[in-house]
Amino acid sequence: MTMLETHGLEVFYRDFQALFGVDVSVAEGETVAIIGANGAGKSSFLSALSGLSRSRGEQILLDGKPIGGTRPFDMVKLGIVLVPEGRRLFPSLTVEENLQIGAEGKAIDRGWTLESIYALFPVLRERRTQPSTTLSGGQQQMVAIGRALMANPRLLLCDEISLGLSPAVIRDVYAALAEIKRRGTTIVIVEQDLTAALNAADRIYCFIEGRVSLSGRPAELTHNQIQLAYFGG
Amino acid sequence: MGFLNTIIQGVLLGGLYALYAAGLALIFGVMRLVNLAHGDFIVLGAFAILAIATALGLPAPVAAMIALPFMFAFGWALQRLILNRTLKDDLLVPLLVTFGLSIIVQNGLLQVFSADSRRLSLGALETAAFNVGDITLGVVPALTFVAAILVLIGLSLLFYRTRLGRILRATSDSVEIVEIMGVDPRKIFAIAMGISFVVIAVSAFFMGVRANFDPSAGPGRLLFAFEAVVIGGLGSFWGTLLGGVILGVAQTIGGSISPEWQQLSGHVVFLAVILLRPRGLLSRAA
Repeated sequence: MTMLETHGLEVFYRDFQALFGVDVSVAEGETVAIIGANGAGKSSFLSALSGLSRSRGEQILLDGKPIGGTRPFDMVKLGIVLVPEGRRLFPSLTVEENLQIGAEGKAIDRGWTLESIYALFPVLRERRTQPSTTLSGGQQQMVAIGRALMANPRLLLCDEISLGLSPAVIRDVYAALAEIKRRGTTIVIVEQDLTAALNAADRIYCFIEGRVSLSGRPAELTHNQIQLAYFGG
Repeated sequence: MGFLNTIIQGVLLGGLYALYAAGLALIFGVMRLVNLAHGDFIVLGAFAILAIATALGLPAPVAAMIALPFMFAFGWALQRLILNRTLKDDLLVPLLVTFGLSIIVQNGLLQVFSADSRRLSLGALETAAFNVGDITLGVVPALTFVAAILVLIGLSLLFYRTRLGRILRATSDSVEIVEIMGVDPRKIFAIAMGISFVVIAVSAFFMGVRANFDPSAGPGRLLFAFEAVVIGGLGSFWGTLLGGVILGVAQTIGGSISPEWQQLSGHVVFLAVILLRPRGLLSRAA
């Protein structure tokens, strides 16, 4: 059952066009990975889905209804929540306060509470009163994911969540993502770490220069196909 | 003893400047808006209290209490209807718009209330004083200082102990990120401006009972508020108290040497802080 679709999605930054007619579909409960080199338009795609970049109404459909151009805070109310690139925690707030801000966008209860987030990331419970800036990169990423979960999303958008983390920490973060998926959340990840993306995703889309160059199930794609779609040729 | 007296009078004067500064700092902190009409809104608040007191035949403190919710509503509406539209990437637009508002408020007050100086009356309390050791303190200056402390405690509790305060601090950190967390920053800005106007109303009351005011008094109050904020440093409510007190003490010391030195010495201290600690004395390390 298709939950989210983009049709001919275009994203502009003033005179610069980042996406040229991107068609992507995401089914309920699925994890979809967007891969591609730097500047391929992956983050622009999430930016449009989260409402940070403007798009036309019919270019993004949620349950068949046009939602393109919805303001970011209303996208959250629709259940679409972004874990932004670079984590972007609130430096003046403690760990727990960062998580609590996430709950401001909650429209429907899907079972995510402070307790369930501390159960998913036990280390955050120990650090709950610390300023978010004192945490390690991996712990900050957990707060960023937890903060988004506090909004009880239907669709969780994760932008480069492995960036700057060690392989062991990346494994932990992706293990948490698998658990989040198991609880019924649909996930779109943008990822430069190909191994992590291919392992986590049910389906992938590869972007090149603002267009989809390849899509499919990781198991059905050959190494060569992916390499060609990733780097062009 | 004369010198100690001068210092203490300066500290009490600093309470008034801290009140001016708190509303300005709050708005700059939450939305990076420098409200050039801040002083004029203080004067507008004083005239509003005066008008309520006169029209209803009420004592000034009661009129001020009545004015508080109206001032909140006025600030809220001002933000929703005008200032939210100016907050884009360009810092110049809100500066120009608040500068324009300053002119409109001054001329509006001139039309309605004329250029005469006014005062809010507290009756016998205005000249009442009490002694602490050898030092005589005016009741009104002392009350002003206490009010400043209460306002700063109230703002600190609001910012650090409430859900709204958490959102205000998060908004101050990043408007973009609170937006993707489901918060409409325009609503938060409007509430912040409403709170700022409540502080403005309190400042207006104490300005009006301490000294005469007329429609042109606003820019002077803005300057004191601005200097107190810069001296104390942004990012800390208590910085505005420190800044206000330093400014007040500098002015009373200058004034005790020669009357024309009063304002000048405040400005000199302000310039010295800008040179030596451009981020202010209590600013968060950044």
